[in-house]
This record gives sequence, C-alpha cells and structure tokens, in this order.
Amino acid sequence: MSDERTMMEGQSVLLRNPASHALWRRIIRHRSVYLVASISFIYFIIFKYIPIWNAQIAFRDFQALKGVTGSPWVGLKNFSDFVNSYYFWELIRNTVFYSVGKMAFSIPAAVFLAVALYECRIYGLRKTVQTMAYLPHFLSWVIMYAILLAILSPSNGILNDIIKAFGGEPVSFMTDTKYFPWIVILSDTWKETGWSAIIFLAALMGIDPSLFEAASVEGASAWQRVRYITLPAIKPVIVVVLLLRLGTVLDAGFNQIFMLYSLPVYSVADIIDTWIYRQGILEFRFGLATAVGLFKGVFGLLLIVVSNKLIKRYTGNGLY
Amino acid sequence: MAGTIRLTKSDKFFHFFIDAGLVLILAVLIVPIWSTLTLSFRPNDFIGSALDGMFLAPWKWSTAAYRALLGHRSFLSAAGNSFRIFFEGVATALFFTVPLAYALSIKTLPGRKLLYGIVLVPYLFNPGLVPNYLLVTKLGLSNTLAAVFLPGAVSVYNTLIMKSFFEELPEELKESARIDGASELTVLLRIILPLSKPILLTIGLYYGVHFWNDFFNAMLYINDPKLQPLPILLRNILLSSGMNEYVEASAFGEAPIYAIKAASVFLAAIPMLVAYPFIQKYFVKGTMLGSIKG
Repeated sequence: MSDERTMMEGQSVLLRNPASHALWRRIIRHRSVYLVASISFIYFIIFKYIPIWNAQIAFRDFQALKGVTGSPWVGLKNFSDFVNSYYFWELIRNTVFYSVGKMAFSIPAAVFLAVALYECRIYGLRKTVQTMAYLPHFLSWVIMYAILLAILSPSNGILNDIIKAFGGEPVSFMTDTKYFPWIVILSDTWKETGWSAIIFLAALMGIDPSLFEAASVEGASAWQRVRYITLPAIKPVIVVVLLLRLGTVLDAGFNQIFMLYSLPVYSVADIIDTWIYRQGILEFRFGLATAVGLFKGVFGLLLIVVSNKLIKRYTGNGLY
Repeated sequence: MAGTIRLTKSDKFFHFFIDAGLVLILAVLIVPIWSTLTLSFRPNDFIGSALDGMFLAPWKWSTAAYRALLGHRSFLSAAGNSFRIFFEGVATALFFTVPLAYALSIKTLPGRKLLYGIVLVPYLFNPGLVPNYLLVTKLGLSNTLAAVFLPGAVSVYNTLIMKSFFEELPEELKESARIDGASELTVLLRIILPLSKPILLTIGLYYGVHFWNDFFNAMLYINDPKLQPLPILLRNILLSSGMNEYVEASAFGEAPIYAIKAASVFLAAIPMLVAYPFIQKYFVKGTMLGSIKG
C-alpha cells in the first residue's frame, strides 16, 4: 500500500517536473536496497556517530551524574593539561618511535619475503613458507605473549637457556627498559611480515612476463632481473604502503603494548593509547582522556588526508 | 618455445641465496611456536633446560596440562563464551556489512555518494576510547557478550573490500535478472550472494578472528566471571605468577604451571589453526583484491 502511495507521489512529481522522472524511477526501483541499507545506516548512527557526539566531553568537566550534555564547559583546559604535562613529549616520542621502528623493520622484511617467494623455484618450500608466514597474523597478542614467554622468560625461556649455557646471567627481557623496545618491534615484525608481504606479492604477480623473456634474451642475470624489473615494479606499492603507514603513525599498536608492558618499562613503553586507557578507564578522568583521544583523532585525520593527497598525486587514484 | 635456460654461476648463487633466506625465515617462524608447543607437553618430572625440552621425544610428552585445562569448569565456560561470540559476532557483522557493501556497489543508486560519506567519516576520524565506552555502557551492554562484537560489527575496510568484489561481478547477470522483473533485493539474494562465497568466507573470517582474539572489549565491559571469553581467561592465567585456582587444578594433577600457560594458548588457537588451511586460498584472493582496488 505504501508502495502505491510512493508511486502516486512519484507520478505527480513526474507530471510537474519531467526532468526528475528518471531520478524518481531510479529511487523507486531501488527501494528494497534503501530498506536493507537503512539497517546498516542506523547501526552507523548509533555506534559511529554517537561516540563522535560524546567526544564533546573533551571540552567539559565530565561528571557521570550530569551526563554528556549536562557537565560544565571548561574550554580547552583538558587539552592544555595534557600538552603542558611532563608525559606529553614522552608519549608522543614513544608512539612515533614504535610506529616508525615497526615500519623500518617490517617493510624491508616484507619486500624481501615477497621477492624471495616470487623467485623461489622449489614449490614445497614456497608453499610452506607462505602458509607459516601468514599464520601469526591470526594469533592474538595474548597468544603472542605466551610465545614470547617461552623464548624470553628468565626461568624457562630458550634464549636465557642459551645465555646460561654460555655461563651468563639470565636476563629479565620483558621488564628491562633496554630490551623492551626491541621486543615490541621484533615481535611485531615476526607476526605481521608475512601478512604485509601479500600486497607486494600481488604487485609482483602483475608483472608482464614478456619483460623477463626480453631480459633473458638480452642475457641479464637473475640479480639484474630483480634489480631492474622486479624491484621497480613494486616500487609504487612500497611508496603507497609507506604513505598509508604515515597516515596511521599515531596507532602504535595498543593491544601489543598493553599485553606486553608492565610498570618497570612504562617510561619506554607507554604510548598515547595505553595512557588514554589508564587515565580514562582506570582513573575515571574521562574529560582528560577524551581530550587526548580527540587530539589523536584530529591529528590522525590530518595525517590520513595528507597521505591520501600524496598517494593521489603519486598514483593517480586515492583511497577514497 | 623457451628451451632449457642454462643457469650461470651467478644465477645459481642467486637461487641459493633466495632459498637459504626462505629456509631461515621458516626457522625463525617455527622455532618460537615449536618451543611453546613442547613447553605445553613437558612432563612435571622433566629435568633439563628449555633447549633440551625442545628435543624431547614425543613419546615422553605429557598431556597433563591439556587434561587439567579441559577438565576445568572456567576453561570450558570461557571456551563456550568465545564460540558464542565468534558465531553471533560473524552473523551480526555480515548482517550489517553485506547490505551496506551492496548498496555502495550499485553505481546508479541515488544518494550513493552521501551514503559513502556517512560510512567514510568514522573511518577517517576516530573519536577515541572514552566516547565509545560511554556509549556502550549507556546502551546497557555491560556484562553481555554483545559488548564484545557489537561495537566493531561493521568495519569500513571490510565493507569496502566486499563492495569492490560486488562491483567485479559481471554486470550482465544482474541486468538480465532486472529485466526479468527481479527487485534489487532479489538480485542480492539470488544472484550476488551465491556468487560471493569466497568473499563472504574471507570477510567472515576477518571478523571472526577479530572477535575470537579480542580481549580489550571483554576486559572493558564484562565483569561477570561466567561471561568471560577465552582471551580474558588466558590473560589471567598468563599474568598469574603465584598460586591461583588454575594452578591448584594442576597441583594435585601433575602439570607444571608453565605447561598450563603454554597449553592454554594452544587450546585457544586450535579453532583458528583448524579453519586456517581451508580459508587460506580465499583470504589471499580477497586481500589481493582489496589491496589492489584499495
């Protein structure tokens, strides 16, 4: 019945304005799509847009009883509290350090892995490495923590066993500020290199095979092939991946740090996200924690827009 | 056409270098997992270093740690909760994601640009932890399993991957159905979805792994021990250094605490490890599609 009504309304619009005829017909034809998409639409409003609305407490002195809109405004106080505090630079430094450090290790490792898989002629080896390399991506950081314990634990870890076998003293790696940053970066490299290699491998699969035929006719060696065909072919992808990572440089890996860190290493481990969690959830400083989250969100938005601009300029099409 | 290409010395060295590199990578990948696995099977009366433990003959392995865990009430209830989160989460996520991706994939849909904008804004701008926390607690989701998966039930990234898959499907199929008078919903249900099994599996897996592994939402929103999923239980077991109920469970059993820790991790990873080979071919395809289309 309501369909009939929309049809009739459509007819009357059509009579008044023939130009909207086609548009109206298209809207009616797609009415079932609007119906199903509206379910997702409502989800988005509730779970994605209400939090954006809630973010206003960054400018308020949030009191749970008064709620989001009832708490008094305090202007930029929460922001200035954060920027002027002594941990501000420490958090920024740690966050950027981990992001850039992970990038510096995992991107070259992923490029090497992709090229090696592409060039490998031994089918069994290639398939086994591929399967094993993608797998850790699916393990949670809780599981990763147990695996790290099996290697690094002072009492049962194999690394400490080796140290002891050579007559050294066991080292408590996970709680030592000297080693902790390395554990974070290397464990991330171990977990994600295979997954990151997929995108490079996809680019390699797209290389025109006639290039290699031409190269072998010209008598190029395998090294030259990699140097002059393979690597240039994935160079654009490397640039795009680097720019993408630039866009998320403030996401240093909350789940990982949260699972691995402990009080003795806070000074080198604490990143913006872990700090927000402790201030906001554990110490109930909602306004302050939201301000820091908003600071990160706005800065992250700027970074993504910039990196997208650069990607667009470089490749001709952007992400969105 | 291409006869046998004779390998020069430098080419031979090249292949040796590549293969040796891959073997090294394989070793680096396997040793940590192997050492954790052997740790979980180490008997209580084992004497020797962890290195010796890695080479302990399989017939000397002890399954005491696994038996202790599988016989423990908390472990079984946590596993049950995790399975519920996995299946309910994947169903919910696909229920929200598929229509959205489909709507976005119809190029002639009036208002498509607006919908795209609505989807993209939260992707580019994340208001942070506390505003989300306030929402979820306000909705009364605390101490429900839905609190683990509902806040992350639509990933924009997954939606866009699915959208480009739908766009790739041959236009003629959809068009012929439309000419026969099928509504857009029928096209989705009868034509698109049956052709989309690979992408549904891939995206379903992405969501499922994410929900299965999540400990943070569960930690934020679930206090009731009866509702705790596996990752929370694992975390409690791993971080416990002294005696607690899990140690007691094995104290009069015969498994050492480090074996319990290692075993709990493998039990939690088993569903992923079992599903993994079956879906590997799909996710590689799906990810490549996503990464090329962006």
